[in-house]
Amino acid sequence: MLAATLAPFVLAVFAPFVRRRVGDSAGWVLAVLPAGLTLYFAQFLGPVASGETFVFATEWVPALGISLSFYVDGLSLLFALLISFIGTFIVLYAGAYLKGHADLGRFFMFILMFMGSMLGLVLSDNVVTLFVFWELTSITSFLLIGFNHDKPRSRRAALQALVVTGGGGLALLAGLLLMAQIGGSMELSTLLANGDVLREHPWYLAVLILVLAGAFTKSAQVPFHFWLPNAMEAPTPVSAYLHSATMVKAGVYLLARMNPGLGGTEIWQIILMSFGGVTLLVGAILALRNTDLKLMLAQTTVASLGLLVFLMGIGEDYAIEAAMAYLFAHSMFKGALFMVAGSVDHGTGTRELGRLSGLGRVMPFTATAAGLAALSMSGLPPFFGFIAKEWVYKGTLDGSLPLILTAVAITGNALMFAVAFLVGFKPFFGEPGDTPHKPHEGSLGLWVGALTLAVLSLFFGLFSGFAETYFVGPAAVAVAGIPLAVDLYLWGGFKAPVVASIITVALGAFFFWQSGRLSAWLARVIDALWGPDKGYDQFMDGMIGLARWVTDVLQTGYLRRYMLVTFLTLAAVLVLPQVSLSDGFVLKTPPFDPLVWAIGLLAVVGTLAIPFTRSRLAAIMLMGVLGLSVAFVFLLFGAPDLAFTQLMVETLSVVILALVIARLPVFGTDWRGKPRFVGDAVVAALIGGAMAYLLLSITATPLDLTLSEFFSARSYTEAYGRNIVNVILVDFRALDTLGEIAVVAIAGVAVLGLLAFRHIDRASDDKTGSTS
Amino acid sequence: MNSLILRTAVPALVGLMLLFSIYVLLRGHNEPGGGFIGGLIGASAFAIYTIAEGLASARRALIVPPITIAGVGLLFAALSGVVSLFFGDAFLTGQWWFPAFNPDLKYLSTVVLFDIGVYLVVVGAIVGIAFALEERE
Repeated sequence: MLAATLAPFVLAVFAPFVRRRVGDSAGWVLAVLPAGLTLYFAQFLGPVASGETFVFATEWVPALGISLSFYVDGLSLLFALLISFIGTFIVLYAGAYLKGHADLGRFFMFILMFMGSMLGLVLSDNVVTLFVFWELTSITSFLLIGFNHDKPRSRRAALQALVVTGGGGLALLAGLLLMAQIGGSMELSTLLANGDVLREHPWYLAVLILVLAGAFTKSAQVPFHFWLPNAMEAPTPVSAYLHSATMVKAGVYLLARMNPGLGGTEIWQIILMSFGGVTLLVGAILALRNTDLKLMLAQTTVASLGLLVFLMGIGEDYAIEAAMAYLFAHSMFKGALFMVAGSVDHGTGTRELGRLSGLGRVMPFTATAAGLAALSMSGLPPFFGFIAKEWVYKGTLDGSLPLILTAVAITGNALMFAVAFLVGFKPFFGEPGDTPHKPHEGSLGLWVGALTLAVLSLFFGLFSGFAETYFVGPAAVAVAGIPLAVDLYLWGGFKAPVVASIITVALGAFFFWQSGRLSAWLARVIDALWGPDKGYDQFMDGMIGLARWVTDVLQTGYLRRYMLVTFLTLAAVLVLPQVSLSDGFVLKTPPFDPLVWAIGLLAVVGTLAIPFTRSRLAAIMLMGVLGLSVAFVFLLFGAPDLAFTQLMVETLSVVILALVIARLPVFGTDWRGKPRFVGDAVVAALIGGAMAYLLLSITATPLDLTLSEFFSARSYTEAYGRNIVNVILVDFRALDTLGEIAVVAIAGVAVLGLLAFRHIDRASDDKTGSTS
Repeated sequence: MNSLILRTAVPALVGLMLLFSIYVLLRGHNEPGGGFIGGLIGASAFAIYTIAEGLASARRALIVPPITIAGVGLLFAALSGVVSLFFGDAFLTGQWWFPAFNPDLKYLSTVVLFDIGVYLVVVGAIVGIAFALEERE
C-alpha cells in the first residue's frame, strides 16, 4: 500500500526523461502506472464489499505517534479507484492535449505527483500523514494551475488557490491535532470509533470549526468558492482531474470521513446544510451567468460540491447514500464534460458558447461523449445521474426536514440541468458556427477518456445493483459508521422523489429555453456587485501594504537603527517577564577569593574604559579585555573547554571586528554628539542591567543537576568519550550541531554575498560619479 | 601589515597553530577540545597568515576557496549521520569500529567524522568571512 501510494512520486521523477525518450506518446507509457494502480485497488473491491477493512502501517516517527498508516474501507477505496481510474485517462488525455508542448514532461511530473498526494490523502489513517498529503495536493495544484507561468492570470490564480486551500489546511492541522489530543490517538480509525468522546468534549466546537475551515476551502464552499473558477487558467486536463473529479472533493471526503466522529450534531447539520445549500445556489446561478464552457462547468462543480456538503449535513441514511451516489456520478459525468470542453477548445480554438454549433458532424466521438455525460448530469433516466438525483430527493424528503431543503435542491438541480444541455448539446447541433479555426476531431487520446466515463454513466445506471454492491454501498457504510439498509435502483414506483424530478426537469427546461436572456441579466447584476474575488485582492493588497509599512519603519538602511530596534526588543524581552512574574530573590554572597575579585576588577575597568575612548580600535581592544576576563573566570571554575573556546572566539572577534570597522567610513574616532551618546548609554545600561538581573536571579535558584548527572553517567559507557561537552555536541545532540554548523556555513555564504553586492554598488556609484 | 617581527614569526607560528588545531580537534573526544575549538584555532592561523602575508598569498596557501571547505565539512557531517541508516539506526546515531588489533581503541567512529565536519565548517566559514572583509578592490 505504501508502495502504491509512493509509486506515482517515483515515476514523477522519471516522467521528463520518459517524455524526452519516447516523445509525445509518453502519455501512453506513463498511463500504465495509474492503470496498474486501478487493478491493484480493484482487488480490494470484493473483500471491502463484504465488510472487511484493511490497515497497512509503516513506522515513520514512532516517538511522536506519527506513522505512515493507510486504511482501506469503502470510502477510501471508492476515492482511490476514482483517482487511479480517471487518472489513467487524464494522463492519456494530457499527452494528446499538450502534444508538442515544450514542458509536457514537467506537466506529467506534476500530475503524477498530484496523483500520489491525492491517493495518500484518501488512504491515510494517521492525522499527520493525512495533513502532509493534504498540503501536498495544495502544492501540486498550485504548480499545475500555474503551469502556464508566463501568463500573469495563471500566476495569480495559482497563488490564490494556494493561499485559500493552504490557509484552510493550516486550520485543518490545528483541528486534527486537537482531535488527536482529545481522543488520545493519532489514528483516525481509532478516533472515529469513539465518536461520542469527540462530540461531548468541550473543544468540540473548536475542532469542528477548524476541520470545516479546511474542508470548505478545499471544496470551494461559499465564501471560498472564488478560487475554483479562477483555477480554470490551468490546462484542461488539470481542470478535469483536480478541479472536478478529485482534489476539490477532498473537502467532501474529509467531511465524509469525519462524519462518524464529528457528524450528527445540531451545529454540524446547521453549518453544513446552510453553507452547502448557499453554495449550491450560488454555483448554479454563476454557471448560467457564464458563457465559457470551462467556466460554466467549473461553476456547476462548485454547485455540486455544495450539494454534497448539503447532503452530508442532512446526515440521514438516504442523504449519505445520495451523497456517495452523487459523488460517484459526478466524477464520471463532470470529468467527461471537462475533457469534452478541452477537446472542443482543441478542435475549434474557442470555448465561447455563442460561437460553437454544429460540431456533431465533425466531432462524432466527442459529441457522443458530451451527449451521454450531459444526460447523466441533467439527471434523466436511465443514467446514473438520475439515480443519484432521485436519492438526493429521497434524502431531502426524508422524515421531518423542512420543505425548503427540497426546494433548494430542486432549484439547484434545475439550473444544472439547463447548463448540462447548454454544454453537452448546444455546441454539437445546428449549423456550423464561426470558429477561429476549422473544427476537427482530436486524436484517440483526446476522446477515449471522455467517452469511457460517459458510457460508464449509462452502464452504472442500467446496472445499479453493481454500483451499489461494490462502490456506493460500502462507501456509504463507511461514512455512516454503521450498516445501512439502503439500496440503489433505477425505478422505485411513482413516488414523491419522482415528482420532484419531474418538477426539476420542467424548471430546467424553462431555464434552458430562457438561458440567453437569463445569462445576460445575471451578468449585469453580478458584475456590479462586490465579490469575494475582489475581496481577496483587497486582502492581499492590504497584507502587502502592511508588510511594506513595517519594513519602512524598521528597515531604514541605517545599521544604527537596526541595532537600536534589536537591543530595545531584547531589553523588553528581558525586563518585562521579570517585572511581571518574578517574586524577587535573595542574593548570595560569594566567598572572598582575591583572584576572582582581581579578574572581576579587570573586566569592570576594561568595560568602563570603553565609553571614555574616542578611538574605535581602542574600544574594540577594550571589549577584548572583557572577553578575556570572562575566559579567565571559566578557567578558574573548572571549565577549560569553555575558557578555551571563549579565548578563541574573543581573539577572532577582535580581528574580524577590526577588519569590519576598518572598512566603514566612520573608522577612526567616535563622532557621536552628546545627546545621542547619552541615549545610547541608556540603552546599553538597560540591556546590561536586565541581563545582570536575570543572571543573578537564575543563580539564586537551586542548581538542577539532573542533566549533568545523566550525561556524566552515560558519556563514556554509551558514547566512549570522556569529554562530556564534546560528546554532547557530536553524539547525544548531533542533530542540533548539524543545524548549527549549517547556520555557520550559510552565514558565511551570506556574508560573501552581501560583500559582493557592495562591490557591485560601488562600481555603479563610480559610473554615476557619486561618492559614498 | 608590514611588520618584520610578524612576518618572520608567521611561517613557524601558522604551522604550529594548524598542527595544534588538529591536535585539539582529535583529542576533543576525551580531553578538552573538539571540532569547534579546533576550527577556531585553525581559522586564527589563517587570519594571522592573511594579516602578515596579504590576501593573495593566503588564498594561494589555502588552494581551494574557503567556502568550499565549509561546504565539504557540512557534507562530511551529514554523511557521517547517514552511515547509521545502513545499520538500521536512526540518523546520526554514532557507529563505532573496534579494530581487531586494538579493541579498546574506542575511537574510530562516525562521531569523529562528524567532528571533522564541524572543524571544516568553522574554518571555512570564518576564513571566508575574514577573506571577504580583507579584500580591497
